Amino acid sequence: MRAAFAALCAVATAVALAFLVLPVAAIFFRVPPGDLLGALGHDVTRDALVVSLKTSAIAHAAVLLVGTPAAYVLGRKRFRGRGVILTLVELPLVLPPAVAGIGLFAAFGRMGLLGGELDAFGIQIPFTQAAVVLAVAFVESPFYLRGAIAAFEAVDGSLLDAARTLGAAPGRVFARIALPLAAGGLAAASALALARGLGEFGATIIFAGSLQGVTQTLPLAIYAQFEQDFDTALAISALFIIVGALLLVALKLYPWFRFVSISRSRFAPST
Amino acid sequence: MVSLRLDLSLPLRAFDVALALDVGAETFALVGPSGAGKTSVLRAVAGLARPAQGTIACGDATWFDAGLRINLRPEQRSVGYVFQEYALFPHLTVEQNVAFGGEAGRLDRLLWRLGIEELAKTKPSELSGGERQRVALARALARGPSVLLLDEPMSALDPHTRGNVRAELHDLLRELALPTLLVTHDFEDAAALADRVGVLVDGRLRQVGTPADLLGSPADPFVARLAGANVLTGVAAPAPNGLTAVLLDAGPTIYAADPSSGRTEVVVYPWDVSLAREPPDDSALNHVRDEIVSLTPLGNRARVRLRLLTAEITTASLERLQLAAGEPVVASFKATQARLLPRG
Repeated sequence: MRAAFAALCAVATAVALAFLVLPVAAIFFRVPPGDLLGALGHDVTRDALVVSLKTSAIAHAAVLLVGTPAAYVLGRKRFRGRGVILTLVELPLVLPPAVAGIGLFAAFGRMGLLGGELDAFGIQIPFTQAAVVLAVAFVESPFYLRGAIAAFEAVDGSLLDAARTLGAAPGRVFARIALPLAAGGLAAASALALARGLGEFGATIIFAGSLQGVTQTLPLAIYAQFEQDFDTALAISALFIIVGALLLVALKLYPWFRFVSISRSRFAPST
Repeated sequence: MVSLRLDLSLPLRAFDVALALDVGAETFALVGPSGAGKTSVLRAVAGLARPAQGTIACGDATWFDAGLRINLRPEQRSVGYVFQEYALFPHLTVEQNVAFGGEAGRLDRLLWRLGIEELAKTKPSELSGGERQRVALARALARGPSVLLLDEPMSALDPHTRGNVRAELHDLLRELALPTLLVTHDFEDAAALADRVGVLVDGRLRQVGTPADLLGSPADPFVARLAGANVLTGVAAPAPNGLTAVLLDAGPTIYAADPSSGRTEVVVYPWDVSLAREPPDDSALNHVRDEIVSLTPLGNRARVRLRLLTAEITTASLERLQLAAGEPVVASFKATQARLLPRG
């Protein structure tokens, strides 16, 4: 009986592992390293890389700039309705990205909620690079906020109190104590959010379209090349796997990334 | 002379803390069981908690006045706060911790005064409990505060460093001569460090006095137990020679010098009780035959728990008598060492 159960567990683990590893490994079997570099030289790939890096950089900077103080407030202050806000912050995590794309349309599209106001200033967002930035920011920000809130929650409150009694105004307490102590968790959350933003597909294709050199990001280029030039699609995919693997290794290596690392998770999520 | 005056009411989850205190250039200890609201008082003084009513003033400066809607922020109040477990900034060195709130000119002198110069470049995680306490004190003093707040400053220390650290802290507090509010659950720490002690229970001051006052005439059984006493219950009746005989509920009759009658509580301090194999022929009136339940060594002394009461004797006496758990023994104390509590 015990042996049977142990065998069952072993088989289940092996199947799960094989199922997850096989598609990833298959990409590298199909792409010799030389072809990989060659495919990255194609116009489509280079354009997509530029669009991806530019939009992700702008979106990520905005998420960090706005998200960090917001996470500090949500992580440290206790007020009525905090639970509701935390749930709202996490809601995009469970939504299909396509829903995010439709939502962005409904908000910023020509017929959308803010469409009239934007139109009055001559601003058109859908199918521009600004739309890509909005889509990426919308999809990645819950990842950052969640991790950042947990990181700030994990800071010992008596340290912040001590800083206050030592004459530090709230701004200095944040900069000198809370921020450095949460830095590990913030960096981890930032890395995860960045990865999620770079991989963003559904919201972008609906809200921004897939115009080469303008709104076609790397994931969209994979989709576009899938039918035309499968090898290029494979090469871009391989690039993502390498970047993703490096990121995960970094997360596991640095103990201060403990906030989000699955195996070392010491803190409950903020909800 | 700067003094700290507070008269406040602070709602907590289960009860309100309400107390009035006037602390001059002295160390005032708030002693009480955990959850009595001691730390909340410190937080209110530091501006980290907001009282519902009352005033907090330091010298001429009003820090809080509910009526006048004055509530200075923590960084505007001149307090040096030593937190429980010290709350040292883990990412900063000792030097940076101390310099965080202070003037640069004071830094070297403070590190020297507290004997932590060699630790200047060390991170808090590498320090011992006693060293951490000194860093926390240096950091709290770096701003030149008008008031010092100490929250359980001894609780993070292991028992054998406690004695030395207590003596050092005592000397430092005398030298500073600042109004100091000390919070502790340990009456021994309070008695060793404080000029006056207030016993705080469920948010109210039960008794305020010098440590000697509280030991000599505890207001109630709770205060007596907190001060470490055996509290025995019984029925008192007048006896010859102006003494009072108390028939204890546990059986034996003992004699006390205080007058009383009817149900009463008898307070006997463990260090007033001596032990012997046979009733000694001495001046003590009370010789109670009892049995040893347990022996606990405490440095050079030992606590000997009997069925009726607890005695504290030197380890030298313990070795001489060769006592062991389960053995019969005679506990002796004078009638003047059996204090009768006034009827509440």
